[in-house]
Amino acid sequence: MQLEDFIKIFEAELADIVPGTILPETPYKQLDAWNSMQALILIAMVDAEYGVTLTAENLHDCVTVSDLFSVVQNKKTILNS
Amino acid sequence: MFTVSGIKLSGLAVSVPKQKVSNNDYPFATIKEKELFIKTTGIENRRIAPEGLTASDLCFEAAEKLLHETQCVKSEIGVLLFITQTPDWIIPPTAIRLQHRLGLPKACIALDINLGCSGYVYGLSVMSSLLKTTGAKKGLLLVGDVSSSVVSEKDKSTSPIFSDAGSATLMDVSDSVIHFSLHNDGEGYNAIIIPDGGLKNKISPASLWSEKISEGIERNKTHLIMNGVDVFNFSLREVAPDAKQLLAYCGKDTKDVDYFVFHQANLLMNEAIRKKLAIAPEKVPYSLKDFGNTSSASIPTTLVTQLREQLTNEKLSLLLSGFGVGLSWGTAILETDKIACLPLIEI
Repeated sequence: MQLEDFIKIFEAELADIVPGTILPETPYKQLDAWNSMQALILIAMVDAEYGVTLTAENLHDCVTVSDLFSVVQNKKTILNS
Repeated sequence: MFTVSGIKLSGLAVSVPKQKVSNNDYPFATIKEKELFIKTTGIENRRIAPEGLTASDLCFEAAEKLLHETQCVKSEIGVLLFITQTPDWIIPPTAIRLQHRLGLPKACIALDINLGCSGYVYGLSVMSSLLKTTGAKKGLLLVGDVSSSVVSEKDKSTSPIFSDAGSATLMDVSDSVIHFSLHNDGEGYNAIIIPDGGLKNKISPASLWSEKISEGIERNKTHLIMNGVDVFNFSLREVAPDAKQLLAYCGKDTKDVDYFVFHQANLLMNEAIRKKLAIAPEKVPYSLKDFGNTSSASIPTTLVTQLREQLTNEKLSLLLSGFGVGLSWGTAILETDKIACLPLIEI
């Protein structure tokens, strides 16, 4: 799994985001488009694409898109081990 | 997992309040928020009970019409269950009042069960078991909620989701079987909760103080709180595996089931569950668009509004799945054969 792919999927799921504007260091919770509904959409996307679950704690603790990707990557590694 | 033999579902009726509200008109969210909400949850319209119309009233109307249409002999009804989280009173049990209102015999067992989104499946199970053990000929399962009365209108995380409905299901002795899988996880007791009003936190003047939690979320401690992420993750984790396990238990495959009727939580969640089970969209009916999340009544509401013709004219294999507050979840697999399914009742 690649960070670039994760960002593309993340952008596709966010309302009103121009493709290419989300960067690894983007603090996603500060985006205008981010809200509690988008959190559920993101959880559903990660579950469907990567087969892992993002918790409320994960969403609280992560600051950037890259942080989120690392959490997903770690969970995926544990799942496959 | 277990099987109850000798019981069938023979009749079904659902009543909803006449009053419709559109989430497009919800006053406590921005236009963009409302558009995203409707697209994501699938909930556009809801039915809201006027002050004084309770879940027991909705169930009573459904039951009266169902008993009339099926020409049911009331003296044959040996069990009455009322499953709700919005009873008429804390004391006495609403089911006993309903037993009298419906003119059922004093020998009819009547009891309330406090369950929400999983309540219909649990109700089928408790009713089946009681009919088997008591030898009663018929049972009346009343399931419904007026959730609009326990959410804050100023809470955009709950108010636009919930809608009101009441149902009546007639169950008879027969040669059918119903398979069940029932689960609970009390660790998640506070994922959906009304904090004050019970004995753990008695109602006080402070219970009624309205608090602004965040933009668009204002409520007091007698209102329902839902931890959306926890409930979402619980449903993603438990519902599809439970359905798969029950199918395997009774030697069936998803292709053997005509319709999968899930609790109407929200479109995002339900579609994720459908995809996990690899079921074709045409096998998964929704009533979310016009009836929202009707809590315990969402499965019968979906059956009546989306599958009435098939239920009336065909023999069907159904998988029913309820999940939510508790946390509690349950799956049932059953067959119906040309049941009395009344048109939607509006009161």
